[in-house]
Amino acid sequence: MTPVAPARSRSLADLWNDIGVRKMVFQAALLACVIAVAVLLWWNASGNIARRGLEVGFAFLHRTANFAIGESMIPYSPADTYARALLAGLSNTVVIAFFGCLLTTVFGVLFGVLRLSPNPSLSRLVGVYVEIGRNVPLLLQLFFWYSLCTRLSGPRQAISPLPGVFLSNRGLRLPSFVANDGLFFAVLGLVVAGIAWLALQWWARRVQERTGRRPHILAWGLTVLALAPLAGLQLAASPIAIDVPELRGFNFVGGQELSPEFAALLFGLVFYTTAFVTEIVRGGIQSVPKGQWEAARALGLPARRIMRLVILPQAMRTIIPPLASQYINLTKNSSLAVAIGFPDLINISNTVINQTGQALEVIFIFMGCYLTLNLTISALMNRLNAAFAMKGH
Amino acid sequence: MAAKLYAWSWAEAVFHGDAAACRAASGACWAFIADKLDFFIFGFVPEEAHWRVVLALCLIGALIAASLYRAFWGRSLLLAWVALLVFTALFLQGSAFGLTPAPLRTWSGLVVTVWIAVVALATAYPLGLILALGRLSQMRVVRLLSIAWIELVRGVPLISILFLASIMVPLFLPEGVELEVLVRAQVGFTIFGSAYLAEIFRAGLQSVPQGQSEGASSLALTRWQTLRLVILPQALKAVIPAQVNTFIMIFKDTSLVLVIGVFDLLGTFKASLSDPAWLGFSTEAYVAGAIFYFAVCFGMSLYSRHLETALSREHRK
Repeated sequence: MTPVAPARSRSLADLWNDIGVRKMVFQAALLACVIAVAVLLWWNASGNIARRGLEVGFAFLHRTANFAIGESMIPYSPADTYARALLAGLSNTVVIAFFGCLLTTVFGVLFGVLRLSPNPSLSRLVGVYVEIGRNVPLLLQLFFWYSLCTRLSGPRQAISPLPGVFLSNRGLRLPSFVANDGLFFAVLGLVVAGIAWLALQWWARRVQERTGRRPHILAWGLTVLALAPLAGLQLAASPIAIDVPELRGFNFVGGQELSPEFAALLFGLVFYTTAFVTEIVRGGIQSVPKGQWEAARALGLPARRIMRLVILPQAMRTIIPPLASQYINLTKNSSLAVAIGFPDLINISNTVINQTGQALEVIFIFMGCYLTLNLTISALMNRLNAAFAMKGH
Repeated sequence: MAAKLYAWSWAEAVFHGDAAACRAASGACWAFIADKLDFFIFGFVPEEAHWRVVLALCLIGALIAASLYRAFWGRSLLLAWVALLVFTALFLQGSAFGLTPAPLRTWSGLVVTVWIAVVALATAYPLGLILALGRLSQMRVVRLLSIAWIELVRGVPLISILFLASIMVPLFLPEGVELEVLVRAQVGFTIFGSAYLAEIFRAGLQSVPQGQSEGASSLALTRWQTLRLVILPQALKAVIPAQVNTFIMIFKDTSLVLVIGVFDLLGTFKASLSDPAWLGFSTEAYVAGAIFYFAVCFGMSLYSRHLETALSREHRK
């Protein structure tokens, strides 16, 4: 609250009139209340735990879980411990959150720019999508996408939007890389190319600062980026293998499978959150003063480069803080996986609670995990924000 | 694409009839929604109590409509809301008035969605205000406790708060005391809503210039009077659009009670899908549900936009 001068009343004792004393008394009383409530709750809880014959402590984490998990990003089997099961759930949550944030950013920026398109039907179409996406509960959207996913036809009549990509009621099948020497050298080549690209940019900036003219490095950069992985492949004894799924019998063989649950959850989260990000990006672009557009146009820059070089970097300052909270929302919303049966952290925690009865400990663990994830996201986004902040002000 | 959508949803859709008629047609099966409408609204509430649900929903609707007019904003509206909520809680359960009892665990469908949303707002609003004042207080203990509450709640998913409420609350209650799952869900929503509203109120409180409280104290207003008569009216008015957005968020999130076993509107939609007489019409059910939620939330956001322009016009005067 904004500080307010103390009211004077002479009818009370001097001590009571001393605002400092009064504050101390109030705080002490509040603290005592909070502690009393906590003690009372703890007392009730320990009584209930004793009566139900429950165990206390984290020892259960080392016991064998004895339940299977549909899909996991880390190797897991029912013979593993509860700790491993929770870790598998956490890995699923992290993977969903990571890809969700990535795709949301890509589509959010795209739709945010399209929302401001001079083509009225295009911008209105995006507007309709934004309103539907924002105003329908995420859980309902997830149920909808999930029911669509499971009602798709079987593998034999799978939809194939791209060659090698199959959408069926078994989920999504994508081509995958097979890890061998070739993959290692290709990745090595890519890393080398990345370093070379950064060096080229640094050199170009130096030249630009000295002469005012920026050398054309794009062609060189693309050449290096394309050739280095190929050179890596040439070096390797075995060329890179891409595992393309194909229909054999009643199901697909090869490639990477994404379950219907994963596909529905990822799609639903992206569909929902992108609606919010689109509005954030639109607001950010509109917050850049009109004079910036006009000045850039006066310099003869083409529209796409105005957007990329002048407008978006400035819009980023307005975009990043709310974007960070959308990333956090997406991560938290990934917990809705429990409703459609994707084994995320909450879903697995629920199973663990049902099996062990140790609700207190498991809830403590998953709340700690979410708090850590969210703090990590906001720390990363704060650093990004600092990078885009106005310098020299 | 648009033509296909039109054909599915209107031209070739079935509005009357049974499942066989629907399967024969190629369009949407709205007859399914019409057949289940009673179930969506009343859920498992006993037949004899349906009229009370209708009456309660009408009263709540009327008071919401009255609350939209700024001329009514004031203490009497607040009292009307408290009175209505207490009355509805007793009236719907029925035993206090000698009516056929409809215990809390039979409540389901639309009435649960409306009830949870309204009660969550009614309880989270004052609590959020206290938390916001606490967060800005100069007393360290008060401030730290408020910050801990707000940040903890905002840092974890709503589902985990609902789990906390449904699993932990029974553990913390003394022996023999039991709370209905609906009440536990409400406790969860109060905790959840209070933290989000508190951050909005904080923004509002911080937007009131320092001079306002200085001016008030130079008029010899007490701290309480300054807060009630000078600071709060300005602070709350400054963040009305953000408040409405939080209301929308809470309303949408009421659908999550499904996860801890409360049958809200979405719950009845989902339950209706497993009726053996009407298998395979999930798209229609979800589209109908989406239309309902969309209408309410979009209506609220239109209202928020209207308020925003009306208030800024007033501000400029």
